[in-house]
Amino acid sequence: MASEAHGAEEGGLVFHPMDQFIIKPLFGGDTIAWYTVTNATLWMALSVVAVIVLMVLGTRSRAIVPSRSQSIGELAYGFIYKMVEDVAGKDAIKFFPYIMTLFMFIVMANFLGLLPMSFTTTSHFAVTVVLALLVFLTVTIVGFVKNGVGFLGLFWVSSAPLALRPILAIIELISYFVRPVSHSIRLAGNVMAGHAVIKVFAGFAAIAVVSPVSVVAITAMYGLEVLVAFIQAYVFTILTCVYLKDALHPSH
Amino acid sequence: MEGQLAHIGAGLAAIGSGAAAIGVGNVAGNYLAGALRNPSAAASQTATLFIGIAFAEALGIFSFLVALLLMFAV
Amino acid sequence: MATQTHEAAGHAAEVASAPGMPQLDFSNWGNQIFWLLITLTVIYFVLSRIALPRIAAVLAERQGTITNDIAAAEGLKAKAVEAEEAYNKALADARAEAQNIVAEAKAEIQAGLDAATAKADAEIAAKAAESEKAIAEIRAGALESVKEVATDTANEIVAALGGQADDATIAAAVDTRMKG
Repeated sequence: MASEAHGAEEGGLVFHPMDQFIIKPLFGGDTIAWYTVTNATLWMALSVVAVIVLMVLGTRSRAIVPSRSQSIGELAYGFIYKMVEDVAGKDAIKFFPYIMTLFMFIVMANFLGLLPMSFTTTSHFAVTVVLALLVFLTVTIVGFVKNGVGFLGLFWVSSAPLALRPILAIIELISYFVRPVSHSIRLAGNVMAGHAVIKVFAGFAAIAVVSPVSVVAITAMYGLEVLVAFIQAYVFTILTCVYLKDALHPSH
Repeated sequence: MEGQLAHIGAGLAAIGSGAAAIGVGNVAGNYLAGALRNPSAAASQTATLFIGIAFAEALGIFSFLVALLLMFAV
Repeated sequence: MATQTHEAAGHAAEVASAPGMPQLDFSNWGNQIFWLLITLTVIYFVLSRIALPRIAAVLAERQGTITNDIAAAEGLKAKAVEAEEAYNKALADARAEAQNIVAEAKAEIQAGLDAATAKADAEIAAKAAESEKAIAEIRAGALESVKEVATDTANEIVAALGGQADDATIAAAVDTRMKG
């Protein structure tokens, strides 16, 4: 099956839609050790640079009447701050830098990944699983530290009839542990699917007859992907806030 | 033969994407219907809308993932 | 599909580069996780140490400026209202004063007029009394003259007729006539 990953000679697509996700060492060599600088490393670093440019260099004038970049930074700040305050509650404000970090990294990685020839770090499960596990561990630890054993009340639906409660507790427990899975796969899956679809259309562009259709389709998909890039970052962040609210106020 | 069966399985799993599309459409449509009845309450519920869409879409993404696994990993 | 040759080629490709789905190639997960953790740490410290406090300060400063400006505007508005009130009060005062002055002047003029009228009336009355006195004198004088003339005339007439006139009789006759 793996031969189809390079199926140019098979008469299929000119290039494989998943090839764009291959991780390559940046400075030669074949093996990828844990410290090797790869294209994933490069694009993660670029997302750091983008965050610094927007949030630090953009706001360096500290103007009362903001410049364009400063107002974008302030917009991002206000957007996430309000989200944390509204969804997770006032006492979740101390997690604001953490949530802001997640949001800024995901949104920057998503948008940088939309550049042609770029590499999308958030399309890799390794990245999103770590992000989701960080959220999951934070929520679980904060929940137990804040509420002690009372955090287990999250699984004990006291409004349900007594007979149903054990069953509901099992369902709640399963859904609690599925959270990091869906949380990570949603982000990576959306980003990967969008990029793969664009590549599939790009592969069809090699056939002269359908190439106009495929160019139009790529344009349309690209527009959709710009939307998805932001919405997935938003969804990841807001779900983090929702989980955090569960940890801080576990009453069901 | 086994590979071809995997491809068929991948195609079947892709049906899940359509099911997720129905779910997302349901969420968005009901939100719109509610928003048109009571536009003043609509703005406060956009977060809920996106959470609902995210949950509905996640399951579609799972089926997409199954398709990908069948295509490339089996 | 998956013939022997393909299988061989596939294995060769697998060795050369990543397998079909690079996301499931667990050999590079350690690398990605390592760099991701570094990335997140850097972003976290940049945001929490520099960017977020700065933006919070700017937002607070802007909020303060806006609040101050609104307060200043309210102060100015209150001052304007005060000034308008003072102006209105001054206007009302001036109007009242003007009315007072007008009334005073009117009263003064009225008093002057009354005095003048009274004086004129008194003068007129005095003149009228004088005139009446003079007329009465003249009238009395005229009656005397008439009596004299009549007496003289009567004497002359009596003498001409050849009679001898008694003065007393004539005077009585004249008096009677004049009264009649």
